[in-house]
Amino acid sequence: MPTKGTARGKAPPGADKRKAKTIKDDDTITELREDLDDDWTQPKQLVKPDDQLQLSEAELKEEFTRILTANNPHAPQNIVRYSFKDLQYKQTSSVDQLAIHFALDGNLIHKDSDEARRQLARGEQGVEVVSEHQSEAGDVEKADTGTDTEGGEKAEGESGKEGDGAEDGAPTPAPAAGSSSEKKLTNQFNFSERASQTYNNPLRERGTTTEPPPRATYSSNVTQWEIYDAYQEDFEKQEKSKEKKVVPGRKDEETKRKKLTIVDSQSDDISSVARGAKIIERMVNQNTYDDVAQDFKYYEDQSDEYRDQEGTLLPLWKFSYEKAKKLAVTSLCWSPCYTDVFAVGHGSYDFMKQSNGMILFYTLKNPSYPEYMYQTDSGVMCLDIHPTQPYLVAAGFYDGCVGVFNIHENKGGPIYLSTAKTGKHTDPVWQVRWQKEDLDNNLNFFSVSSDGRITAWTLIKNELHYMDVIQLNTNDLLADAVDGSQLATTGAGMSFDFHKQNDYLFLVGTEEGKVHVCSKMYSSTFLDTYNAHHMAVYRVAWNHYHPRIFITCSADWSVKIWDRTNSKPEPVFTFDLNSAVGDVAWAPYSSTVFAAVTTDGKVHVYDLNVNKYEAICEQLVTPKKKTKLTHISFNTEYPVIIVGDDRGYVTCLKLSPNLRKMPKEKKGTEQVKPEEKAAQKLEFEVNKMEKLLAMVRQPDNKEKEKH
Amino acid sequence: MSEVEETLKRIQNHQGVVGVIVSNSEGIANRTNIDNSTTVQCSSQFSKLCKLARNCIRELDPENDLTFLRVRTKKNEVMCAAGSGPDDHMLLVIQSPSEN
Repeated sequence: MPTKGTARGKAPPGADKRKAKTIKDDDTITELREDLDDDWTQPKQLVKPDDQLQLSEAELKEEFTRILTANNPHAPQNIVRYSFKDLQYKQTSSVDQLAIHFALDGNLIHKDSDEARRQLARGEQGVEVVSEHQSEAGDVEKADTGTDTEGGEKAEGESGKEGDGAEDGAPTPAPAAGSSSEKKLTNQFNFSERASQTYNNPLRERGTTTEPPPRATYSSNVTQWEIYDAYQEDFEKQEKSKEKKVVPGRKDEETKRKKLTIVDSQSDDISSVARGAKIIERMVNQNTYDDVAQDFKYYEDQSDEYRDQEGTLLPLWKFSYEKAKKLAVTSLCWSPCYTDVFAVGHGSYDFMKQSNGMILFYTLKNPSYPEYMYQTDSGVMCLDIHPTQPYLVAAGFYDGCVGVFNIHENKGGPIYLSTAKTGKHTDPVWQVRWQKEDLDNNLNFFSVSSDGRITAWTLIKNELHYMDVIQLNTNDLLADAVDGSQLATTGAGMSFDFHKQNDYLFLVGTEEGKVHVCSKMYSSTFLDTYNAHHMAVYRVAWNHYHPRIFITCSADWSVKIWDRTNSKPEPVFTFDLNSAVGDVAWAPYSSTVFAAVTTDGKVHVYDLNVNKYEAICEQLVTPKKKTKLTHISFNTEYPVIIVGDDRGYVTCLKLSPNLRKMPKEKKGTEQVKPEEKAAQKLEFEVNKMEKLLAMVRQPDNKEKEKH
Repeated sequence: MSEVEETLKRIQNHQGVVGVIVSNSEGIANRTNIDNSTTVQCSSQFSKLCKLARNCIRELDPENDLTFLRVRTKKNEVMCAAGSGPDDHMLLVIQSPSEN
């Protein structure tokens, strides 16, 4: 069978065949191919038999040409057979050239054949038979391979055998065929099993890494108040949603509003610190003026004990504002609600030098800068803070206007202002004072001006309504002019004060030195008139406690105290202060203490209970003697006064203990109710004054008796 | 110039005031009048302190809130106005007391 004639010997069978075909090729190439094709199946090492011939290169490359013919070389050529016709042995001419090298009986049978039918009928038995068949076939195969290389005769014999085998196999199943029932097999041959092996794609691992998502560790402790806030927020949301449901029509407005608020919040980002900044400004001031603040609160002049009855004033803060430095202080007013706040009116008392004016609000907590400020075209001559609505301030101007400022409204000017049409004064307004609300609960205030009118102003909606209460005129009704014509002489009001208890009663001080006692009820006549001073009465003021006592001060250097019930038009006390007295004020804590400021820069404090003739304190408080003091005001809560001068400074002074002697509280009165306490105090103060009055009168009476 | 700015300017010019810093709630300074590094340090540290102080106050009473923090130190005094809202700013003023 081997077709190759090379002396290479036996190589592994599969490889051998191939080598035979490629025998002409170069050995190396062959080997290469082998490597390429089935490198993995075969070890590279060539197995060589021990007795292999060693051939030289030339011998190996030598070509042997063989021609393959259809003749069987092993076929016998001299077969003789006995011929009965010729009666002799004769050589047969035709020789069978067929050689069977391998035969295998198939176990596939056509289903239509008889045998197949039989087998089908056999059922299980058939299976056994088939297996037998197979084993037989296997034997045959073995034998076949074993005799592969032997002679043709043997092969022939074998084929004979095989035929026997096939014949043997066929009859064996036959007897069983009849017994088993015919059964149709499903699709015995009518199918084709097809399979194909696709290439195995090499396995490939493919992966990409994406950018990792941002990560952050977050941890938090929930606090009680955070929960509270969350709930609060939720609650508010609910409230809001409820509101929205109620008025769906207003959505547009709301969105508009929202837009507006957004714009607002963007525009001023640091406005949120506005309040904080204001308070911090106070803190900063508190730090710098710490010593002053300590003095204000705690310092009591120890030397007072050795000074007998005299007292001193301790200067505390000094208030000034750059723009108001050349403007005289024309009025001072403590806020009735906030004991640390006061208003200052700036203007000019110089008739020749009039300029603009200012209203400044200071607090003791920030002495460096005013809390609120208003600039006015005309000089401010007077102002008054509303007793129950401390954001309303009435002011009178040099040009005769009166105005009302509202410090809540962030407006540069007054919310009300009188005009020539609405009855403004024709001369400077010297004093304004808030009154109780009228029957319709409208706010109203009074003003007095040197044009002789005392006018009540009522705030109705957006307008300021006026009503002249009294027209001042001098007692000698008409004076003869030089040319014989008659001129009406009007009195020029300079100051007024309303009685603490009787609403209708008020005093008016005039430029001529007169003091009129007036009533709101009678617009034509005065209840009483005092020829109090020789020059302008700068201030009249009722005593805080005693209902009949009032005080006046004037440019004629004097301060006078009057008793309304005194039969004679004479003052009870007269004090000469050696200089024009700008202002006088009763102390809020005692009926007998008052303080006055003079143009020579001195503050005079009197306590009639201590000394009826001389001041218990007379102190220069301005740095230069030229500076004139113009106004004074007592704080209602603390033992401090503020004085203003004509250079625009306001100085805060603390009264030493001797200047504010209080009645000793009786033992056991600590538990008394505050109202009772106030009543007791009032009674005590009135009595104190009464005692004084009695003492003053007695010598008079005695003198009379002598006469 | 707005009122707030005027106030801030007055504070800056006030005697003894070393620095004024306005920062947001995270402690990032918006404006300052001292050098950068000090500002950053100050504002970040004090915002932390404010948070802590606020936490303390609000733990005791949720309806209460911190408004101001005033820290007196050996060298100076730091005043801190701590806004309560998340958008509110913090105002920090450092003052050397009594440079007389």
